[in-house]
Amino acid sequence: MSADVYLNVAIGGVLTGLVYGLMALGLSVIFGVVRVVNFAHGEMMTIAMYLAIAAFSAFHLDPLLMLVPIAVTLFAFGYVLQAGLINLFITRAEHSQFLLLVAIALIIVNVLLILFGPDAQNVQVAYAFDSFQIGRIIIDATKLYAGVAAIVVTAVLFAFFRYTATGTAIRACADNYTGAQVVGLDVRRLYALTFGLGAACVGAAGTILLLIFDVTPAAGPAYTLLAFVIVITGGLGSMPGALVGGVLIGLTEAMAGLLFTPSAKSMFAFAILVLVLLLRPQGIMGRGTA
Amino acid sequence: MIVRLVDGVPRRALWLAIGLLVLALAAPAFVGDYLLTVLILILYFAYVGQAWNIMMGFAGQLSLGHALYVGLGAYTAAALYVHFGIGPWLGLLVAAPIAALAGAFVGFLAFRFRVAGVYFAILTIAVAEFARIGFDHLGWTGASAGLFLPVAQYARNDLWHLRGHPAMFYYILLAATVFAFVGCYALMQSRVGYFWLAIREDEEAAKASGIDTFHYKMVAVIISAGMTSFAGVIYAFYYNNLFAEQIFGIGRSIEIILGPIVGGIGTLFGPVLGSFVLTGLAEMLTAALAAVGVDVPGAKQVFYGICLLLVIILVPDGIWPWLARKLGLKERQP
Repeated sequence: MSADVYLNVAIGGVLTGLVYGLMALGLSVIFGVVRVVNFAHGEMMTIAMYLAIAAFSAFHLDPLLMLVPIAVTLFAFGYVLQAGLINLFITRAEHSQFLLLVAIALIIVNVLLILFGPDAQNVQVAYAFDSFQIGRIIIDATKLYAGVAAIVVTAVLFAFFRYTATGTAIRACADNYTGAQVVGLDVRRLYALTFGLGAACVGAAGTILLLIFDVTPAAGPAYTLLAFVIVITGGLGSMPGALVGGVLIGLTEAMAGLLFTPSAKSMFAFAILVLVLLLRPQGIMGRGTA
Repeated sequence: MIVRLVDGVPRRALWLAIGLLVLALAAPAFVGDYLLTVLILILYFAYVGQAWNIMMGFAGQLSLGHALYVGLGAYTAAALYVHFGIGPWLGLLVAAPIAALAGAFVGFLAFRFRVAGVYFAILTIAVAEFARIGFDHLGWTGASAGLFLPVAQYARNDLWHLRGHPAMFYYILLAATVFAFVGCYALMQSRVGYFWLAIREDEEAAKASGIDTFHYKMVAVIISAGMTSFAGVIYAFYYNNLFAEQIFGIGRSIEIILGPIVGGIGTLFGPVLGSFVLTGLAEMLTAALAAVGVDVPGAKQVFYGICLLLVIILVPDGIWPWLARKLGLKERQP
C-alpha cells in the first residue's frame, strides 16, 4: 500500500471523528453541567438518524437540510426528559441515575425497533459516490460535508456558551451550583435547557453521521459507548476535549480498520481509553479532578 | 460458628429465609420444564447479583462490566473441556483465579490511579468490551463462530462433568445462591465488611481512620470477580454454546446489576428478590403479550423498560428495604 492510501484513510478518519466529536460534545455538556451521565446518548442519536431517514424517504429531503429541524426536535425531547424525569434524580445516587437512563435507553431502542424494523437503513444522496481530488489526495464528498457541518454546529454552540447571557448562566451553574442559586438563577430550568442542548448536539451529529453510516436500532448502545470513550479520552466536561477526543478516536478507528480488521477497530478505541485513564485520568484536555 | 452466624438475626428474617429455602428445595417436584428453566434463570441472576453486590452494595464501587467475569469463567472452563477434556470443577479452579486476576487488574488500574465514580464504571465497561472484541477474534475459542460443548445423550446426571437434566443445574445454582447468601452475610458481619461500609460511606474518612482503602477495595473486586466466574462456568455447561458477542456484551452486564438495584443495593435479600421480580416480570410480559396476540419484536422490552422506570421512580432504594419495613424486618440499610 502506498502512503497515499494511509493519508486518504487518515483524512476520512479525521472528518468522521469531527462528527463523533460533536456527538460526544453533547454528552460532555450534559455531564459538565447537570452531572448526570447520559447512558441513553447513543440511543438519542439513533432517534435523530431515523428522523432523517423518515424525512428522506417521505419527502426526499437531504439530511443536511434536516439538520436544524431535527436538532430542534431533539432539543425538545431532551428538555422534556430533563424537566419531567431527570430533574427528580439529580440528587440521587449515581446507580439510581444510571438505571433511569438505562431504562430510557431500553425503551428508545425497542420503540425504534417496532417502528422501523431491525434492518440497517441508510440514505442514498445524489453525491454519495462523489469525491474531491487535491493532488493525490482523494476525499469523499459525504465525509467532507459531514466534517464541515460538524465544525459549523460546534462553532455555533461554542459561540452560544461564550457570548450569550443564557450560555454564561449555564456555565455558571457548572462552575458553582450553590453560587448560581445564590445569584437567583433558575437552576432546574437551566438544567433542562442544557440537556436539551446536549440532545440537540447529538441530534445534529446523528443527522450528519447518516451521510457516512447506516443505522439500526441496535446501534444505539455502541454509540453510547463510543461517546463515553471519546469524552473520557478528551476530558469529561471539557468542550474542546470532546472534539479532540472525537478526532483522535475517529483517526484511530480508521487506521485500525486499515491495518488490522475493521471488526476489531473499536478494540483500539477501548485500549486508548484504558491508557488515558492510566496516564491522565482527567483526560487530554480535562482539568484536574479531585 | 453456625450459632454465632445466626446470632442477632431477627427471628422473622430467619424463618423467612428457611421457609423460602424449603420452598425452593421442593419446587422442581411441582413445576414443569418451562417453569424450571425460569427458576434456573432467577437463581442465576440472584447468584451473580449477590456477587456484584459485594462490590457495589458493600464497598461502593460501581462496576458496569461484570459480564467480563462471567465470560472469562465460561470461556476458560469451556475451552479446557473442549480442548483438553478437563471437567468443569477442575476448570473452575483455573477459571476463578483468572477472573479474580482480571478483577485485580481492573481494580489495580482504577484504585492505584484514583479512577473513581463514573470513571471507574466506564473503565469496567471498557475492559469488558475489550475482552468481547478480543474473544470475538480469538481462533482458539472459536472466534465469532462461537464455542460449542459436545452434547451427548445422557442416561443419568453426571454431576462431575455437569451433563444432565436441568434439575441438576437448578440444585447446583440453588446451593450456590444459598452459599453466596450466607457468605455475604458472614462478610457483612466481619471486620472487612465494616471496613467496606466505611469506604462506601466516606472514603476519605475511612482512610483518615487508618483503613487501607486500596487493599480492601482490591479484596472486594477480587472476591466479587472470582464468585462471578462460577456463574460463567455453569452458564457454559448449561447452555453448551458461547458467543463472545453475547456473553461479554454490555447488555449482559446491565442484566446482572438490574436485580440488586431493583431489589435493594447493599442488602442480602435485595439481589434475590430483584432477580425474582424482574425475571418473573419478563416472563409474565411474554405470556401476557402472547395471550393478547401481540407478536411485535421489541414490544416486551418497551413494557419492561416502563416497569423499570416505575420501580426506580417509586421505590428509589429498591423493593426489599420497602418490603422489609412492611414485614417488620430490619436489615442493615444502605
